[in-house]
Amino acid sequence: MLLFDTYVQKLKYKVLREVAKHAYEGTLQDCYLDIPKLISPGPKSTMRCCIYKERAIVAERVKIAMGGDKTNSNVIEVIGIACDECPVSGYRVGPDCRGCIAHRCSSVCPRGAISFDADHHAHIDPDKCVNCGKCASVCPYSAIQNHVRPCERACKIKAISQGENHVAHIDNSKCTACGACVYQCPFGAIQDKSSLLDAIRMIRDSEGNQRYKVYAVVAPSISSQFVYAKLGQVITGLKHLGFFSVVEAALGADMVAYNEARELAEKGFLTSSCCPAFVSYIEKSFPAMKPLISHNLSPMAEVSRFIKSTDPDAKVIFIGPCTAKKQEVLRDEVKPYVDCVLTFEELQAWFDSRELSLGELEEGVLDNASYFGRIFARCGGLSDAVAQALKEQNSDFTVQPVSCDGIEECRVALLKKQKGLLKENFIEGMACVGGCIGGAGCLTHGPKDKGEVDKYGHEAYEKTITDALAQCAYHMDK
Amino acid sequence: MKITICIGSSCHLKGSRQIVEEMQRLVAEHQLKNRIELAGKFCMGNCQNGVCVTIDDENFSLKPEDTRAFFDNEVLPRLK
Repeated sequence: MLLFDTYVQKLKYKVLREVAKHAYEGTLQDCYLDIPKLISPGPKSTMRCCIYKERAIVAERVKIAMGGDKTNSNVIEVIGIACDECPVSGYRVGPDCRGCIAHRCSSVCPRGAISFDADHHAHIDPDKCVNCGKCASVCPYSAIQNHVRPCERACKIKAISQGENHVAHIDNSKCTACGACVYQCPFGAIQDKSSLLDAIRMIRDSEGNQRYKVYAVVAPSISSQFVYAKLGQVITGLKHLGFFSVVEAALGADMVAYNEARELAEKGFLTSSCCPAFVSYIEKSFPAMKPLISHNLSPMAEVSRFIKSTDPDAKVIFIGPCTAKKQEVLRDEVKPYVDCVLTFEELQAWFDSRELSLGELEEGVLDNASYFGRIFARCGGLSDAVAQALKEQNSDFTVQPVSCDGIEECRVALLKKQKGLLKENFIEGMACVGGCIGGAGCLTHGPKDKGEVDKYGHEAYEKTITDALAQCAYHMDK
Repeated sequence: MKITICIGSSCHLKGSRQIVEEMQRLVAEHQLKNRIELAGKFCMGNCQNGVCVTIDDENFSLKPEDTRAFFDNEVLPRLK
């Protein structure tokens, strides 16, 4: 069974695993320079032009696995020498041009950029072309194609451009750290910085949870991950790593749904605040709409705050599918509650650095949240939960949600709202297509993921949000 | 007096919610809100014997249906 979707993920995983191994052995400071040679033993290169460049790039990956460039405020980082500087030619006429006589391409071109050679084949003058794409849309042979870099295509909010020497450049004033480029770059040249060493240190310094207790908060999308083992075995695996307790982020989702329903009924319109990349997108690209963002913390932060209210010395490590959570945890309003964020990719590397075979462990239990908290992991779940919370509160307010599946749909909804054309009263914004199950930090992405989340939702002991909150006396505290 | 009820996954599945709700009801019924602090904790490290409940530093193991007896026999006498 494939552990990852791509070899780029596997490479990142191998580096993280080696870094973690050395951290446990206490040999990281002495040995981190040896990791590139271990991963690319040579003598022949397998990924790059020569073994030396290959190892130099792995060395950069080691740095990112150890926390990356501290001077860069963005958790998403470009590895300059790993960027292949993919050629970007924009629209080009390919070999399928039949040299027809209709010449639709040149008729629609607003800049007169298309001419024909002696064989009647079309040619685009790059100096005149403005990349409008009209020619490509009318060619009856689909002979005209747009050649865009995968990173730029992945970044729907256009935060990536060509920088110096054609190396990818991220505009931090636009980037929401969603990680789409991380997942899409075929050379693995864009990566999310890792806090795995911080997590290992936190566990070690707890001295077996004696000095303080370390809690893992896991995202509900975990139900579509680690498919080679049972969820209960993953929970036992976390205990073996040294976590004192594992709590569902979905309980935080129950809390958020409950509060968000109240806030929505009071204000009449809201945009959701669960997805940190969506929140960051509004803040950076639609600043005038900031007051419309729900004032609730994200489920991760809310449940972590609750954990710390029961145990003030606790350390909380969030584990999920999301790179933007790594950015969220740096925010002042979240920092006090969440100590560290890891992805499922990093967790897999951590398990394997300890040689834990999840499939051989006994099954632990994980059950803190309701069905509605759990389905936050997929697009539409949040809206369902808010509607349910309104019902449980006997509110006469009716939520009319627009569930935005991916950042492009978010953009459309926000633009409509800005122009006063949006008839719905609640924007559920999910930056990743599919919701959290489409997150860049997932091990795998597949068509069955949504079904897995729904199944996991139905397995919850608590069937209503109110009951999930009653078990922790949540609204009594408020 | 501080009564802490485990709300970790294992105790939750054994009925900690019912204990939390019953305990809140009993505290209100006896008008003891000023004398009893109810708290939750995600795991008390004794999952086999859940639902785990503590009165200050004393450990107890409870079933949901025994909550009232526990309140009468263990909680109330300690308040006297």
